Amino acid sequence: MAFVTPSTAADKYDVIVVGSGAAGGQAAYTLTMDGARVLMIEAGRNYDPRSETPMFQTPDMAPLRGAGTPDKPIGFFDATIDGGWSVPGEPYTNASTDKARQFFWWRARMLGGRTNHWARHALRNGPYDFKPYSRDGLGFDWPISYDDVAPYYDKVEMLIGVYGTNNALENTPDSPEGCLLPPPKARIGELLASQRGRRLGIPVVPIRRAVLTRPLDHRTIPAKLHPGNARAQRIIAEDMQSRAACFWATSCGRGCSIRANYQSTTVHIPPAMATGNLDVLVNSMVREIRVDPSGKATGVVYVDKTTGAEGRASARAVVLAASACETVRVLLNSKSGMFPNGIGNSGGLVGKYIMDTVGANWSGQIPLLENLPPHNEDGAGGLHVYSPWWLYKEASKLGFARGYHVEFGSGKGMPGGYAPFTPDPGGRTSFGLKMKEEARRYYGSHIGFSGRGEMIPNADSFCELDPKVVDKWGIPVLRFSWKWSQHEIRQVAHMQRTFADWIEAMGGTNKTRPDPDGSKAIAGGGFVIHEVGGAIMGSSAATSVTNSWSQVWDVRNVFVADGAVFASNADKNPTLTIMALAWRTADRVLDEMRRGNI
Amino acid sequence: MNRPLPGRMDRRLAIKWMLAAGAASVLADTLSLAAPLADGAPAGAPRGYGTDPDLVRPYKPGDYWPLTLSEAQLRTTAALCDVILPAEGSVPSASGAGVPDFIDEWVSAPYPNYVKDRKIVLDGLAWVDGESQKRFGKAFADAAPGQRVSLCDALAPEAAAGSPLESPSKFFRRFRNLTSAGFYTTPVGMKDLGYVGNVPLATFDGPPADLVAMLGLTDEVKW
Repeated sequence: MAFVTPSTAADKYDVIVVGSGAAGGQAAYTLTMDGARVLMIEAGRNYDPRSETPMFQTPDMAPLRGAGTPDKPIGFFDATIDGGWSVPGEPYTNASTDKARQFFWWRARMLGGRTNHWARHALRNGPYDFKPYSRDGLGFDWPISYDDVAPYYDKVEMLIGVYGTNNALENTPDSPEGCLLPPPKARIGELLASQRGRRLGIPVVPIRRAVLTRPLDHRTIPAKLHPGNARAQRIIAEDMQSRAACFWATSCGRGCSIRANYQSTTVHIPPAMATGNLDVLVNSMVREIRVDPSGKATGVVYVDKTTGAEGRASARAVVLAASACETVRVLLNSKSGMFPNGIGNSGGLVGKYIMDTVGANWSGQIPLLENLPPHNEDGAGGLHVYSPWWLYKEASKLGFARGYHVEFGSGKGMPGGYAPFTPDPGGRTSFGLKMKEEARRYYGSHIGFSGRGEMIPNADSFCELDPKVVDKWGIPVLRFSWKWSQHEIRQVAHMQRTFADWIEAMGGTNKTRPDPDGSKAIAGGGFVIHEVGGAIMGSSAATSVTNSWSQVWDVRNVFVADGAVFASNADKNPTLTIMALAWRTADRVLDEMRRGNI
Repeated sequence: MNRPLPGRMDRRLAIKWMLAAGAASVLADTLSLAAPLADGAPAGAPRGYGTDPDLVRPYKPGDYWPLTLSEAQLRTTAALCDVILPAEGSVPSASGAGVPDFIDEWVSAPYPNYVKDRKIVLDGLAWVDGESQKRFGKAFADAAPGQRVSLCDALAPEAAAGSPLESPSKFFRRFRNLTSAGFYTTPVGMKDLGYVGNVPLATFDGPPADLVAMLGLTDEVKW
């Protein structure tokens, strides 16, 4: 079994997995390791990070020195293929013409999806994050608790490799012994931010990222991941030995040809392939799930993007892992006599409560960091430290619910579009040898803070099928509606005020103070690319789309493995939780098959 | 407000930074990157490198779309680049590092943000040559080194809104930032700046101990 075409695919599988990213990769891994025969369907092309990753290329080797364009929005070397906030031939629409009420939808059409370029921030949700309604009366509780997910967080961390430390901080879970890899040393700017953050009461600790700072322990981990399954243990032990540890160069956003960081294409799919149980069909866009007269799903209908022909695949169960909004789209397009509004939508909840992460930035120049002797600050190709949310005890005084964590970048990394600016406001544009002197002096003396906060689900942020527009394959597209509430807007004002204070605490000056109106600084919906929700899980069919096992209430052999099931969107980056839940969902699929329920 | 890009950022920070930095940044702003490619481009116009270019092979300006600056515009570009970043010891000037070709590539690119820069740069180059003719009776590239510097001196202060120098000084700032971006993304420019990464290492040791001590810091991050 391997890469298949519509004509070489088998007539029937145990499970069809739609999507190949964090959710699809994890679901396929878990299912195939336990012997299920899986067809993974990916809308984009095949992608091989070992041969396609620009590891050491410098910007002068790229068009436009690697700067972003509508073809490659995050820059030429970003791993994304056929993706971005717009995908040619595959539009989406917004109900409003007001930019503030629009949602911008990032997609990647490639094997592995967005896992190929993500920041590798691998934070666990904490206990509060699964029960937010119970704490402040806003949004929804999940039907599961941290304790239900914790064993899966443990397994995912051991499988993919995550660096970080335990710090016993509120709602910022520690991991059991043996789950984490040692964090890299902090860079000089990170050390300064840590010292000065402490003066403001802001904790700075090693961040958790899915990067191997040393090889995985292939001797002990496989038995913990797959107890009693000798074959799975052997396969993953062998695969772990073929992943190299980080060699401290090149940005993770380019992908990693030595497989030192996690991407689905380097960590989930190879061992799943090695089981012999996985078939992968690329360039195929799933349009809908088909059901039989009894209301059970029989498989999917897809468009072969190479020929435009329609194809069908059959299985005992369908796992949707297409990314939150694409999963919503498949559910809504799965219309039949039995389900005229789409699968899972008998309560009208599919597409409701889309959430992104609340984002805002602030930056400053720090005189203490000027003219430091050159040393290598590339590190692990991303952040080494961060600040988990620290004001849980102050919640009633903040004027907004929930909180945010802080990501910050500094140091003498590879120059991109670098130009030195004098810190004096309204100053002259320097040039000549003076400018060269300034360039050396200020290079690496800047720090940029990014707040990443929790958005509370609201009735004005949702997606639905556009009644008129279809994509180039004739498939109805999504239409978005979006609105931030005052909670998010005030949170952003708090972020920026905090960052400006932090810059002053580091000895820098702010050219201006932040605008107290957070609506001017908040990143637009979809720009943090953390969209979740749309098929939320809950404890009853009246209030949710899936049950606590991510199993669609209406059609019990359809499962949602991606972020669509999130009933809240904690400040923690969603990917690790997506993987933990996908593993848990796959276990449920296996259980239901064993019991003969599906 | 102009804000430089710090050297090392994760991609989320980088993309957000673009948003914060706005049009003055060397990089494009995020909203325009979210827009589909401009409709209504003239027939036969180059279409960019597409959404699936080969990321591994090296490129040079002109590989994807034709360069469009005239000989005269290129001469002015090179002369202006070299006032902005002159040679220094064994380090070449901006034109010696290939920056004019990069600027030509930039202003010839088919993407909306770059098309905006094209107008700024072409208008600015024309202004610089016209002003040089007026002041010195010759094209900027033919003016004496001191004359070139004096003309740039006139553009360096931020010009008041409505002043005749408003557009030229904005052009100068933009052109200077493009020159800087072009120069410091070359190996020789990176070296001049003090970037010493992009090499595989067996271990990552963090900042030198004496530097950590000099700044009064400790090298452990803990709470």
